[in-house]
Amino acid sequence: MEAPLTSAIQPGVSLDIKGYEAAGGYQALRKVLQQMTPQEVTALVKESNLRGRGGAGFSTGMKWSFVPMDMEGPKYLVANADEMEPGTFKDRWLLEGNPHQLIEGMIISAYAIQAGISFVFLRWAYKEAAREIRRAISEAYAAGYLGRNILGSGFDLEMHLHTGVGRYMCGEETALLNSLEGRRAVPRAKPPFPQISGLFGRPTIVNNVETLSYIPHIVSKGVAWFQGLSRTGDGGTKIYGVSGRVNKPGAWELPMGVTMRELLEEYAGGMQHGYRFRGALPGGASTDFLTDAHLDTPMDFTAVAAAGSRLGTGTMVVLDDHTCPVGFVHNLEHFFAQESCGFCTPCREGLPWTEKILYALEQGQGTAADLEQLDLHTRLLGPGNTFCALAPGAMEPLQSALKYFREDFEQHVHEKRCPYGNHTY
Amino acid sequence: MLTQTEITKIEHEVQQVPVRKAAVIEALKIVQEQRRWVSDENVEDIAALLGMSADEVDSVATFYNLIFRQPVGRHVILLCDSISCWVMGYEDIRHTLLELLAIKKYGQTTADGRFTLLPNPCLGTCDHAPALMIDNDLYRDLKVEMLQGILNKYE
Repeated sequence: MEAPLTSAIQPGVSLDIKGYEAAGGYQALRKVLQQMTPQEVTALVKESNLRGRGGAGFSTGMKWSFVPMDMEGPKYLVANADEMEPGTFKDRWLLEGNPHQLIEGMIISAYAIQAGISFVFLRWAYKEAAREIRRAISEAYAAGYLGRNILGSGFDLEMHLHTGVGRYMCGEETALLNSLEGRRAVPRAKPPFPQISGLFGRPTIVNNVETLSYIPHIVSKGVAWFQGLSRTGDGGTKIYGVSGRVNKPGAWELPMGVTMRELLEEYAGGMQHGYRFRGALPGGASTDFLTDAHLDTPMDFTAVAAAGSRLGTGTMVVLDDHTCPVGFVHNLEHFFAQESCGFCTPCREGLPWTEKILYALEQGQGTAADLEQLDLHTRLLGPGNTFCALAPGAMEPLQSALKYFREDFEQHVHEKRCPYGNHTY
Repeated sequence: MLTQTEITKIEHEVQQVPVRKAAVIEALKIVQEQRRWVSDENVEDIAALLGMSADEVDSVATFYNLIFRQPVGRHVILLCDSISCWVMGYEDIRHTLLELLAIKKYGQTTADGRFTLLPNPCLGTCDHAPALMIDNDLYRDLKVEMLQGILNKYE
């Protein structure tokens, strides 16, 4: 089974430039600079239908095609390496293990949109990744892959590493740009979209690490190869992960469209002894629960959406039968309430309220009216009522928990306690 | 007063961006690296250097949870309190840490000034939950009985 993103990665080793080149690295960049126009690169990526791996699943080539190519002045490319979605640990693998793959993908992508300056926006906690990326960037400069007149092509690109100082909001692309400009990481109004007016008011593309890391492979091996890797209509492989009470939590690069059941049973080794599967967030904290009725769902963008959730980041968090669903959702809403940037009212006011109601339920102080309040919040904080996707994302696990685990919520009210035992927060 | 080293480093960052104030996050990081936290006086000095008001600098400094606007201990412990760690036994780790450090809650510093304990959202190592970081070091697959040994590594 092919695993183009991760097959060159050795556990505990970060591939240096020699190792990366020996594995075929930087050949795609040579091909692009010698044989392809920027428009041809964008057209190729569009045709591959590579969908963004950061959570939203938007077509990468389509995103690039919105950049006004005839506009004078600087353009920017940013790698979103601010992996902060709770339950997500996939980009860390690529950043630590194969930083040159990301860098090559960034150079090709920057060429496609004719950006002259690029940034890796890396979350603070990834200390080892920061060391490896810093080293890899300087190796790439020394080899002539970065800087002026790259490989004699006349194309120039600078690359900088920016390490963050916290806040989940930085993963939202317009908030990320505000943070890169030295501002509070609050989202910007769209339109204009960053492709037109992004960093410092200039055309800017922000793509996820896993997305950018795919670009060299698509250039080298083509669209048919990319689509053939997948079992479904969404092309490529995907890095999937499982965490929670399973025997072998971990991350694996697998064909797009493996089922939840395969991930859970074959790769994660099934549930730990004495624990039963009740449900899972398929792609991080801001995705709707799926339950055992959905275990045969292929994990691609289309099928997970049809099952009522989102593929998100593809890293699953498992809820077991010894863990309280109300406490589980309380933990999530605590996170979202804390990470709300406070910029728009429904999110700033609504999320702490849901957190407090869930806390009261856990403490045995909830009432039936509280459940109605929670239902109401899932609508009031839903899509269309807030400035960005944080609050609607926060409502996804809550609304699906209220649907699938309703009896647990009601039991908390009737018995005036958490039936799973006392949690202290 | 900012030191000459701090000013030199900040001015280097200013060169990388189109407007001076865009370097403010880097300036806060530089000051915190030297002093472990950022005081009101530091905020005013950074503001003067970058042509901003002190409130403008503070609005950025207080937005980001890893810029410390209060003194912290010699080592900062960041305990992951997000979902995978919570499922895998975060609460026991938290209780034990509070006991070992003899502090009552998050945000407090030990009496000897050695550690400050803070919660942190997902550290991105969920397949090895529960996890924490001390300064730049990541500890994973934590068990309660490992904690004393980990703390002993820090002076």
